[in-house]
Amino acid sequence: MAQIAELLQYVATGLLVGGVYALMSIGLALIFGVMRVVNFAQGDFMMLGMYLTYFYALGGVDPILGALLTIPPFFVLGWVVHRGLLARVTGGGDPQRQMDAQLILTLGLSLVITNAATMILTPTPRGIRTAYATQAFAVGPILFNQARSYAFLMALVLAAAVYVFLTRTDAGRALRAAADDPEAASYQGIDVRAMHGLAFGTGIALVAAAGGLLATYYPIEPSVAVNFIVLMFVAVVLGGLGSIPGAFVGGLVIGLVQSLTLLVLPFQLQNTGVFIVFLLVLYLRPQGIFGRRARTV
Amino acid sequence: MARSRGWLAIAAIVAAGLVLAFALQERYHHRVLTLVLLWAAMGLAWNIISGYAGQISFGHQVFFGIGAYVTVLLVVKASLTPWLGMAVAVGVAVLAAVLIGLPTFRLAGIYFGLATLAYPLIFRIVMDWLGYQEVAIPMKRDHPGWFMQFTEPRAFDLLALGVLAATLVLSRAIETSRLGYRLRAVKENEQAAEAMGVDAFRAKMAAYVLSAAPAAVVGAVYIHAILFIVTPDAVFGLLVISQTLVVSLVGGIGTLWGPLIGAAVMVPVSEVLDATVGDRLPGIQGVVYGAALMLIMLYAPEGLYWRIQQAIRARAGRGAAAARPVIVAPDDAAAPSAPIGDVLLEVRDVSKSFIGLQALSEVSFDVREHEILGVIGPNGAGKTTLFNVLNGFLVPDRGTVRLGGETVTALRPSALCRRGLGRTFQVVRTFPRLSVLENVMVGAFVHTRAVRHARATAATALAQVGLDDRGEAPPGGLTTLELRLMELARCLATTPRLVLLDEPLAGLSTDGVDVMIAMIRRVRARGITVVIIEQTMQALLRLADRLVVLDQGRRLAEGAPADVTRNPAVIEAYLGKRWLARMGTPAC
Repeated sequence: MAQIAELLQYVATGLLVGGVYALMSIGLALIFGVMRVVNFAQGDFMMLGMYLTYFYALGGVDPILGALLTIPPFFVLGWVVHRGLLARVTGGGDPQRQMDAQLILTLGLSLVITNAATMILTPTPRGIRTAYATQAFAVGPILFNQARSYAFLMALVLAAAVYVFLTRTDAGRALRAAADDPEAASYQGIDVRAMHGLAFGTGIALVAAAGGLLATYYPIEPSVAVNFIVLMFVAVVLGGLGSIPGAFVGGLVIGLVQSLTLLVLPFQLQNTGVFIVFLLVLYLRPQGIFGRRARTV
Repeated sequence: MARSRGWLAIAAIVAAGLVLAFALQERYHHRVLTLVLLWAAMGLAWNIISGYAGQISFGHQVFFGIGAYVTVLLVVKASLTPWLGMAVAVGVAVLAAVLIGLPTFRLAGIYFGLATLAYPLIFRIVMDWLGYQEVAIPMKRDHPGWFMQFTEPRAFDLLALGVLAATLVLSRAIETSRLGYRLRAVKENEQAAEAMGVDAFRAKMAAYVLSAAPAAVVGAVYIHAILFIVTPDAVFGLLVISQTLVVSLVGGIGTLWGPLIGAAVMVPVSEVLDATVGDRLPGIQGVVYGAALMLIMLYAPEGLYWRIQQAIRARAGRGAAAARPVIVAPDDAAAPSAPIGDVLLEVRDVSKSFIGLQALSEVSFDVREHEILGVIGPNGAGKTTLFNVLNGFLVPDRGTVRLGGETVTALRPSALCRRGLGRTFQVVRTFPRLSVLENVMVGAFVHTRAVRHARATAATALAQVGLDDRGEAPPGGLTTLELRLMELARCLATTPRLVLLDEPLAGLSTDGVDVMIAMIRRVRARGITVVIIEQTMQALLRLADRLVVLDQGRRLAEGAPADVTRNPAVIEAYLGKRWLARMGTPAC
């Protein structure tokens, strides 16, 4: 009985953390799904979102609200990065080359952001103090950390908002059309470049908000990006590159795997479980859980 | 000529390195020189898999880290000299490359790159967990040379120069060998390479192993010359791969000069910055590398080497577009052909479906030696799917294919090509960055290792299709007819017994069609069996001995052209029921 309770506790913790992973992964999946860009700098925008929420909190804004308030500035930032950098890399018409070049561009961007943040903000970890970070809701024998619970709920709300945006609004439909077939979409009068800007801006805004939510219970430091970008890649590949529901489920799964790994492996090896799942999925089902396998010939 | 020039250039680089190693005085300058040489070597190692083979690896620091950890741990635990330890490290790195490559090369494109990210992270975690967060090289005052602990900085310059020279020689050897041509073909168009007999998996694996070995040596030397202490972050971390990418991409990938140029430019810049402002701004190196990657992707994604070469060529190119003779149909077109022989290719009950679409269902027919068999059918009849099954791109759900009596169902295209099955594509698939002659050479390498022989075979094949004067041109400068002829020559260079031609007449002018038809007849006259797909019946009636008609994935009819065109089912498939009723007696 006690063992079952312990197991459930790990599952609960995993899911709570996974909700925030899901939100950040949706951002990455949206960018890849629409633009075919693997954004290496996604983790860095998340880190910046954590810092912005931290500074909001210094000014007295509750971090859950602060996370929401990162959305407008990061949307604009993402749009500018797309227009100023990514849209200029075309790969000379070869899609594979374009993809490689854009990935390397975002890798460069990631290096610049991480190191510039280290210079400006110093490597010292910071944290946001909230009353609820150390409180927990008890449901029977299982404890739900309050900060993580609020972050989880807000992540769900934002994910649902993205879903409604993509399926119920004209802009969302246009975005999906541009993702499915950019050429056909442009014949229908859809401005594909604007759609890419919209996707990148939204993707960055989502990951920044996820960073803000994460900041309620996770230390804030410039080097945090590397660990999370890999988790996001894993979640997105798990769900099928570019699939948004897939990325959501992928994020939850990553949270669960991370948490459950602790049952069998020491803490330092927490992420090996994640990587093993990642490699297994790549080898056994590279199109992911929700992905469609592309025709090869 | 060009060959010996390459070796001379390598000798010149080594000489320049020697001069610098002895001319420099300050310790700090030696450090910069050692770094330039080592990062150039690391870039070259990465360039073998990611430049030549085009498989962008974001995890190459795995081998660098293995080299560092294995040598240092052997010194610590077994007091083994790093000179031998390096050999062990290379062995471990090669083994790791095989173990990583086996599953990972099944992934294409971006999946490959993402998967490679995971390996160094796993190593990092495991090293942390094993308690190797910080392993210092123990001082060996009695035998400093034996333990690579020189006090004279020149010794490290020379060591790094030796590593660089060896990597340059290795790169040069790859560039000028069959493997080099094959890797470039795989990079440019993996499927066309497979169809031309290149086992893409084996080629990539060879490149991966060959690029892992020097990376391990660089890691081992780097730790002794620069770091002295191994930490997971320092050798498996993101900065190692970033630096590798920077020197390679800034210089230009796919050539051994790229990483050299990149290292010579970028390493001193970052070292000088680190020395001047590094104390106040600890992340300055990362910012510079990141900015360099972004700038190079934005303004010269091909890298400095190719940029410079382009500029030189543009200056030298003084209108090479001289009028060239129009290719005319060879007049030996009616040459007597060998008699039609036994069954060469046997297709039995082949079925293939894609999600919800039955592309082929129970298709059976024979191809006899020395015949020209036409496969016709309306759009979507399953013709190209049939070819993709026949040459191994697709595995049929059911049914068998036999070539010369041997069951070849589910063999890879490269294996089929080695057994004498050639193929061309509906949309010509070139290797765009190889010259026309080199394109054809890729095919010729099926039966020879020697570049000289391949070149001769390719030249002969080009002459056979009338393209002898176009060998040095890039495929981009060819007309549609010339491209189709080049693809035919590339296919002939594999010395096939049977060729599958996928709509070789598509997009050609009337004259072009005449040339192509004459060429195909000539191919057959040389004893090669031909299977040809066309949508238009007109051309095939002139060419084919027999026709197989496909419609909606089924074999509708088979027989002599005259009979097939009178078959009501065929007419209906092509023209519809109304036509059939109106025509009564069909004419074609």
